[in-house]
Amino acid sequence: MSTMLTATPGQTIGPFFGYALQFDRGNELVPPGSPGAIQLHGVVTDGHGKPVPDALLEIWQADADGVTPKATGSLRRDGWTFTGWGRASTDDEGRYIFSTVLPGATQPDSAPFIMVAVFARGLLNRLFTRAYLPGEQLSGDPLLNSLPAERRHTMVADRDGHGLRFDIKLQGADETVFLRYPGHRP
Amino acid sequence: MKGRNSDSVLASQAELRVEIGAIESAYQRSGVEETQPRLDYAPYRSSLLRHPTKDLHHVDPEGVELWTPCFGERDVHPLESDLTIQHNGAPIGERTVVTGRIVDGDGRAVRRQLVEIWQANASGRYIHKRDQHPAPIDPNFTGVGRCLTDDDGYYHFTTIKPGPYPWQNHHNAWRPAHIHFSLFGTEFTQRMITQMYFPGDPFSGLDPILQSITDQKARDRLVASYDHDLTTHEWATGYRWDIVLTGSARTPIENPDSGGEHR
Repeated sequence: MSTMLTATPGQTIGPFFGYALQFDRGNELVPPGSPGAIQLHGVVTDGHGKPVPDALLEIWQADADGVTPKATGSLRRDGWTFTGWGRASTDDEGRYIFSTVLPGATQPDSAPFIMVAVFARGLLNRLFTRAYLPGEQLSGDPLLNSLPAERRHTMVADRDGHGLRFDIKLQGADETVFLRYPGHRP
Repeated sequence: MKGRNSDSVLASQAELRVEIGAIESAYQRSGVEETQPRLDYAPYRSSLLRHPTKDLHHVDPEGVELWTPCFGERDVHPLESDLTIQHNGAPIGERTVVTGRIVDGDGRAVRRQLVEIWQANASGRYIHKRDQHPAPIDPNFTGVGRCLTDDDGYYHFTTIKPGPYPWQNHHNAWRPAHIHFSLFGTEFTQRMITQMYFPGDPFSGLDPILQSITDQKARDRLVASYDHDLTTHEWATGYRWDIVLTGSARTPIENPDSGGEHR
């Protein structure tokens, strides 16, 4: 599809979003400890490997059956409705935590992933990436296969005792792969 | 005074002007149009260690990427769009209406979608605990608002015109007055956060965050227009700012009569 209009430029989220964009249970797509709940967590680091304490992450994902949610109510969570979207700030150690479920595949044979948007002071526009669930299904994923082998792991979460760990490195040797979608111009 | 200890290592505004000017000159010589901020923009010091060094990897959206979270009346109360009535008294400053239309790259209205804003008060102070700028907090102004766009894609806020404020990027650095906007489209790939500026702001040319957009036409897309038709008699000034999100890849199944296209 041709894009006729030029998009409005992005700008950094700046340092002072915490009091504005956070909302009650923003990072709890499902209540912690509920059946099927997992923790998606990790650390955001800069080019020196230092934690980024003023980043904001959003995730957007299918439910456990691979169905894309259509329900409203993310900002006023009722504890029962899965809306598929959540928002978490990093803490002073650069850590973030979501309580969610493992997404199912949205199409047969597709590799399930959680979409991640990254905002931070010092980051002049948002970044997108995918946090893939680890497993054999990844071997057939077109995006992962289009990446240099040594970079693929930056988009794959690790299983741990809590659920999934997904670190985000904004810059550096093991820099996370960030994505450009059609219509995104420099 | 804040920042005095580190002043010796901070560049002057004159030095920043040279850095910013050199990048813009090189951009103009390149002949390749840019429409978004550079992620790697040294005059904005905080970007040095926080920009990816590798090219963004092109991908066609699939699955959830072709959709976006839905928000509704249960998420946002209509009164949340008025930032001047959140406390017991009226906030200090210039009461201002900010409104505009949000469309995607194909000109389709982004309907019934969430818009969030946040901003400093009239004296340039945020409520945020990390903001230690010694300007007064206004007990009647928090500076946070939300609304849903209407069926034609219009948002509407009533607020106070924010003040400029100093920051630590370089010596005597001041941000132009701005309102932060958080926007969703019809696909999550359109998700964006940006800042709206006011026309004629003397700080615009000095500000490395705005100047990280190297193209003047693109920068102008972040500047609202004063609109006297939005200004109301003995009540509020009015500014108009329209927003274009990136094009959507999903085939539209728009039905203007039934609404809900963004689902």
